[in-house]
Amino acid sequence: MKTPFFAAMLAIFRKDTLAESRSRELIGAMGLFALLDVLIFSFALELNREARIESVSGVLWVTIVFASILGLNRSMAMERDQGNLDVLLLAPLPRSAIFAGKLLGNFLFTALVGLAVAFVITILFNVPLFNGWMLIALLLGTAGFTIIGTLLAAMTAQTRARETLLPIVMLPVAVPLLLAAVRGTTYILNGAAQDEWLPWLSILTVLNIIFLVLGVVLFEFVVEE
Amino acid sequence: MALIETEDLTKSFGYMPVIKRLTLGIERGEAVALLGANGSGKSTLLRMLSSLSKPTSGSIRIGGWELPREAAAVRAQIGMVAHKPLLYDNLTAVENLQFFGRLYNLDPAKSKQRGGLLLEQVGLARRANDLVRTFSRGMQQRLSIARAMLHEPDILLLDEPHTGLDQRGAALLDDLIMGARGEGRTILMATHEFDHAVQVSTRVLILERGSVVIDQPAAEMDAVRLAAIFAEQVSA
Repeated sequence: MKTPFFAAMLAIFRKDTLAESRSRELIGAMGLFALLDVLIFSFALELNREARIESVSGVLWVTIVFASILGLNRSMAMERDQGNLDVLLLAPLPRSAIFAGKLLGNFLFTALVGLAVAFVITILFNVPLFNGWMLIALLLGTAGFTIIGTLLAAMTAQTRARETLLPIVMLPVAVPLLLAAVRGTTYILNGAAQDEWLPWLSILTVLNIIFLVLGVVLFEFVVEE
Repeated sequence: MALIETEDLTKSFGYMPVIKRLTLGIERGEAVALLGANGSGKSTLLRMLSSLSKPTSGSIRIGGWELPREAAAVRAQIGMVAHKPLLYDNLTAVENLQFFGRLYNLDPAKSKQRGGLLLEQVGLARRANDLVRTFSRGMQQRLSIARAMLHEPDILLLDEPHTGLDQRGAALLDDLIMGARGEGRTILMATHEFDHAVQVSTRVLILERGSVVIDQPAAEMDAVRLAAIFAEQVSA
């Protein structure tokens, strides 16, 4: 008898959050990297206010993308290294539930780091990032990177060179997401009219749906021997 | 009809066949020890029977279900212990079992009760709330066995389960395997340990380069005789 999709997904999500609450391995590594990244940008870019607003989106998204790569690599490697992915694959549950469960955990950890990055940027660059639409853009972009990353990390985790392979594989695929996220958030931070940034957020949403469907469908083929 | 049936089963990695046209039947309630040198195909066979790996050609039927087409139905009937403990270091023993209970859609109360009983049986009841990362290799292996038996599978696939166990742990494992035999479970155990093989199994298979070269009842041999047969067949 198959375990229902949502029960399996939630079990994997709960397991990941419980394990992470004890080890703080993913959030710790991602958070530290993100903090250092933003600090380096803040020292390297000595900008006036207008230029800061223009560049802060790039700093935000570059930091989130690279921090997420670090976390996604580790998240799937933890399953692979100890052979635990086999246990998940042995259980009578839909493969897509494994993808969804891992995705939920990865999204939560990356979103928390993303919010922390936004907070640090707000202080260091003196550009307020905490408003309603900005947060929606942040969550949409983070979700997109996490969806792509969870699928590709499952694929690269089976290779020896997974640490170097994931960014090489993920960054080209993530370009449309990165473009939409940077454009959308730059317009929002510049106080542009809604019809200038809403299309970018719509593109982000559509890309997320496409990548999510691809992830659910392809995950089975990615993890099977 | 045998519970586990393979016909002309072949698995190749690239051009190298690891299992060669293997036809095998294992009846319900049998405890089969699978011996063979490293690289003889034991783990590959277990991975195919557990649905983790797809055959290159040939067929596998478990309980009448065909693999890999009907893998979902087969998975609920299988408990597996592998080389690695397949546990989560940052969860306690109880949390690990609860997690696996959820993966197998077990009733939480029943899962808790069965988990407690199994922890008692594998001698880990007092360490139930300790993180697995604080366990020795042998303790992890014992917990791994409890994990594999949590959902009361019909079939136990054990891949060198005695690895890393001290004498007490190995004896405990033998008791558990005998208990599982007594409950009518079917066991297929890959091992290098001749004494454990003849002690807990009803039938011994020796695999050499992907083919079965010896298939005999365990009652007809002791560890010394089995070692002699093994040396003869494997070196041939």
